[in-house]
Amino acid sequence: MEVSWALLANAVIAGLLLGGFYAAMSVGISISFGMLDVVNIAHPAFIILGSYIAYIVNERFGFDPIVVSVAVSPLFFLLGMILYRIYYICFERRGQESLRGLAFFFGILFITEVALVLVFGVDYRMVSTRYGDVTWRLGPVDFPMRLVVPFLVSMVMVVGVQLFLTRTFFGRAVLAVAQDQLALRLMGVNPVRVKELAFALSIATAGVAGSFLIVIQPVQPAIGREFIGLVFAVCVLGGMGSILGTLLGAFVLGLAESFTSTFFGPSWAPAVSFGLLLATLAFRPSGILGR
Amino acid sequence: MSNKIFAVVTLTVAIALAAVTQLIPNEYFFSAAYTVLLFVILATAWNILGGYTGYVNFGSAAFFAIGAYTTVFLYNAFKAPLPVGIVAGTLVAGLAGLGLGYLTLRLRGVFFAIASLALAVVLYIFVVNWDYVGGARGAYVLQPRDVPFGLPRYIHLIYAVQLVMAGFALVVARAIERSTLGRGLAAIRDDELAAECSGVPTLKLKILSTMASCALMGMAGTTFPYYLSYIEPSSAFSLSYAVNSIAMPLIGGMMSWMGPLIGAVLLGSVQQLVQVTVSSAWNLLIVGVLLVLFVTLAPNGIMGWVDAWRRRKGR
Repeated sequence: MEVSWALLANAVIAGLLLGGFYAAMSVGISISFGMLDVVNIAHPAFIILGSYIAYIVNERFGFDPIVVSVAVSPLFFLLGMILYRIYYICFERRGQESLRGLAFFFGILFITEVALVLVFGVDYRMVSTRYGDVTWRLGPVDFPMRLVVPFLVSMVMVVGVQLFLTRTFFGRAVLAVAQDQLALRLMGVNPVRVKELAFALSIATAGVAGSFLIVIQPVQPAIGREFIGLVFAVCVLGGMGSILGTLLGAFVLGLAESFTSTFFGPSWAPAVSFGLLLATLAFRPSGILGR
Repeated sequence: MSNKIFAVVTLTVAIALAAVTQLIPNEYFFSAAYTVLLFVILATAWNILGGYTGYVNFGSAAFFAIGAYTTVFLYNAFKAPLPVGIVAGTLVAGLAGLGLGYLTLRLRGVFFAIASLALAVVLYIFVVNWDYVGGARGAYVLQPRDVPFGLPRYIHLIYAVQLVMAGFALVVARAIERSTLGRGLAAIRDDELAAECSGVPTLKLKILSTMASCALMGMAGTTFPYYLSYIEPSSAFSLSYAVNSIAMPLIGGMMSWMGPLIGAVLLGSVQQLVQVTVSSAWNLLIVGVLLVLFVTLAPNGIMGWVDAWRRRKGR
């Protein structure tokens, strides 16, 4: 029995650490999909793009990938602004977001993936960090630093986004867009501008989350699509548009995946998020914290 | 033209075309044409739900693979001949569409789109872990040695079958488009709430069109294991099926059955050329770029241009 308790404790810790990272990947979707109603299926593509930028700079100059990603996050912010502008002009303004907007983001996802394959090939890429091979041991429980460091930074980022949204004037404007765009317009605020900046923020978080990803595991272009289900599962599971719910959903998913790969084998783990997503949509579409 | 006449004409043309093209000496023609026809079926099927009803299905690859793996399963279990595989694969894919539709079509269309993508990944993992149909290693499906109708090689038969099935898909799509069902679907696409208020049974119609669409996608996949005599999960579930079956109707035009046909023949042929002359990665990039360009700049596709030109001429 002693061994299985250790196994259980390790599964719980690994699940929680992974969950924190999932929260960082999904917080952007919670903003764009949950609050702004922009179904950005291409979100994982920007995560992978962030991974590759961290990888290039890390390989050339040896900088820490997470520091790099924070430094280049303004670029992702700019990219997000441009992308939302195109989306707004071509689809949202014409009321065509439901079908053509989705197809547009799907195309962006696909182009990013294929372009990365053309430039870097399909080999798995990884980064070297000082903490990558370090593991702390607390009794029988392992704390691998390659999971702990992204977990801590993720928590800082998610809590930061939550504080930004609830405590600042602009953040409250974003929450207001989520509730009633017309009312916002009557107050003399341009909802398009608010959505543009909020969408840009969501893309910036994706870029940073990309660096966590490449610290945690090797990355190749096609793994992006595996995370589509994951980020939407977390967003829907927790309840749309709630950052706290996203955090909760991410931990649930992290634990579920960790238990699945411990007890049924890692090849089943990717199916967990999609299975949970399908189950949530079928039985409780409003999510855990949803109203 | 009534549905019956159209059906007779289309199927006659398909069979005649299949017979005449058998004279083409180039073997490569048949495998290239097979792929293009496969995309004609997928695009036509996708358009029944996407174009007529306005619901985006990202899971084309899943239903395609359901058809393909039904053939593999029946082949492994009973050495079932091709026609049995075609019928069974179509039915199983239709049932999968029913299940997915029943669970998620009550929600907003976005959730259906995401769930269809989710289904593709879940099924992929399922097939990878299912050794009976080959698992991750893939499965061999031997082509029968005797080819019926005196055709020289099995690929000739597969091509002819695919041609007739493409004709069948077009007949189904056109019949749906012009029926009361099609008008109900158009009402859902334009304003679902208004349709529901006017007494259109929206959920029932959506589920019906999902079933028809998914069944046809499954049908396209049933011949696929015989195409290369070998099938493995990552090729059967390739994202390129999903992208192509969305890109082709968007490029051709989504309002009528002709749009997907034009889009699939054009884009499919271009891809075959690029694949041979440049590389397959570039060919996927071209599809992605064309998809984004058309959806942003020409949202009504090639048929949209044709309609605008006709209107100008009529005036």
